[in-house]
Amino acid sequence: MTTVLTELELDALTEMVNIGVNRAAASLREMVGEQVLLSVPKVTLVSRDQAIATLGENEITNLVGVHQVFEGEITGRALLIFPDTKSLELVRAVTGGELPLEEIIELEHEALAEIGNIILNGCLATIANMLQRNLKMSLPEILRGEPSVFFNLKPPPDAGDVVMFLYINFAIRQRDIRGYIAMLMDIPSLAALQVLLGEFIERTAGGMAPSNDRS
Amino acid sequence: MKYRILVVDDSKLARMAVAKALSALHPDWVRLEAANADEALALARTDSFDLAILDFNMPGRDGLQLAAELLALKPTLPLAVISANHQVEVVTRAREVGATFLQKPLTEKAMGDFLADAAKRLATAAP
Repeated sequence: MTTVLTELELDALTEMVNIGVNRAAASLREMVGEQVLLSVPKVTLVSRDQAIATLGENEITNLVGVHQVFEGEITGRALLIFPDTKSLELVRAVTGGELPLEEIIELEHEALAEIGNIILNGCLATIANMLQRNLKMSLPEILRGEPSVFFNLKPPPDAGDVVMFLYINFAIRQRDIRGYIAMLMDIPSLAALQVLLGEFIERTAGGMAPSNDRS
Repeated sequence: MKYRILVVDDSKLARMAVAKALSALHPDWVRLEAANADEALALARTDSFDLAILDFNMPGRDGLQLAAELLALKPTLPLAVISANHQVEVVTRAREVGATFLQKPLTEKAMGDFLADAAKRLATAAP
C-alpha cells in the first residue's frame, strides 16, 4: 500500500517538526550558552539506502547519535546525530568547559544521553501536543558507527524499504559543532499520520482555504 | 480602520494559521501573502500594505534580514517576526530591528496584542 501525502499535509508535517525542533534548540541553547543555528527542514520519502546516503554525504568520519523510539498512533524514531569527532566538544560545551579531558570522557555517555533526551523529547512532545495524541518515548540510546547503523535498527521495519526521512541541520558556530536532527517514520504509520495531519490542519487553519499556490 | 497586512512564511499552513487568527480578529483587513523574502520585496515594490508578519526560519534570507530590508523601504512599518525559535539571540535581534517577536504556534491572543499595538501606531502616524 502506498500512501502519498498531499502538498498541504507535507507542509503541515514539515511545519510541525520545524516548530518541535526550534523549541528543542532553544533548550539546547540554554544548556550550551551559545546560539544554536538551524537549517530549514527537509522532508523526503526515500528508501533506507537513500536516507543512509544523505546522512553519509558530508561525513567521511563515523557518526555518533542519540536515538529514541516513539510509539502511538504513529511510530518511528528520532535521532540526534553528529560526527563522532564533535561528541566530546558538545559535552564540553554543555558542562561549561572547566572539566579536565578525563572527566569529560567519563561523562560523555551520560551527557550525550541527557542532551539527546532534552532535544528529542522536547521535539516529540511538541509534536504530540500539536497532534493532540500521546506518544510513548523510549529511553535514549547512544549509537556509534557508519551512517548505515542508524537506519538498520531493531525492530526491523515490517513494511518494505521506504521511510519518511525528515532532517534539520544544526550548528553551534563558536564551538564548531554541527549535526542533524532526523526523524524516520515507517510507511504503515503514514496512513495514520495522514489522518492526524488532517485533524491538525483543520484545527490550525480550519475554514481557511489556501489563498494562493505559492510554496 | 481597515488595514492591509503582509504575511510571509514558506509554510502554507503557517500562512493559513495567520489567516485564521486574522479573520477572527479583523475579518475586514486585507491579507497579502508571500512565501519568501524575494516575493515579499517584490510585493513591497508593487503593492501597498500597512503592517507585516514574517516567519523567521525561511529558505534564502531569514525573516530578520527581510524585516531590515522592509524597514529600509518603510521605516514606520509595524512588524512582527514569528518563530518557534525563542532563543535569546533571535528574540534580541528581533527587538533590535524593531520587530515584535511572536511565538509559533501562533495564538489568537498574541496576534491580537500585536495587531492592536500596530493599529494604534498606524492611527497616531496617520495625518
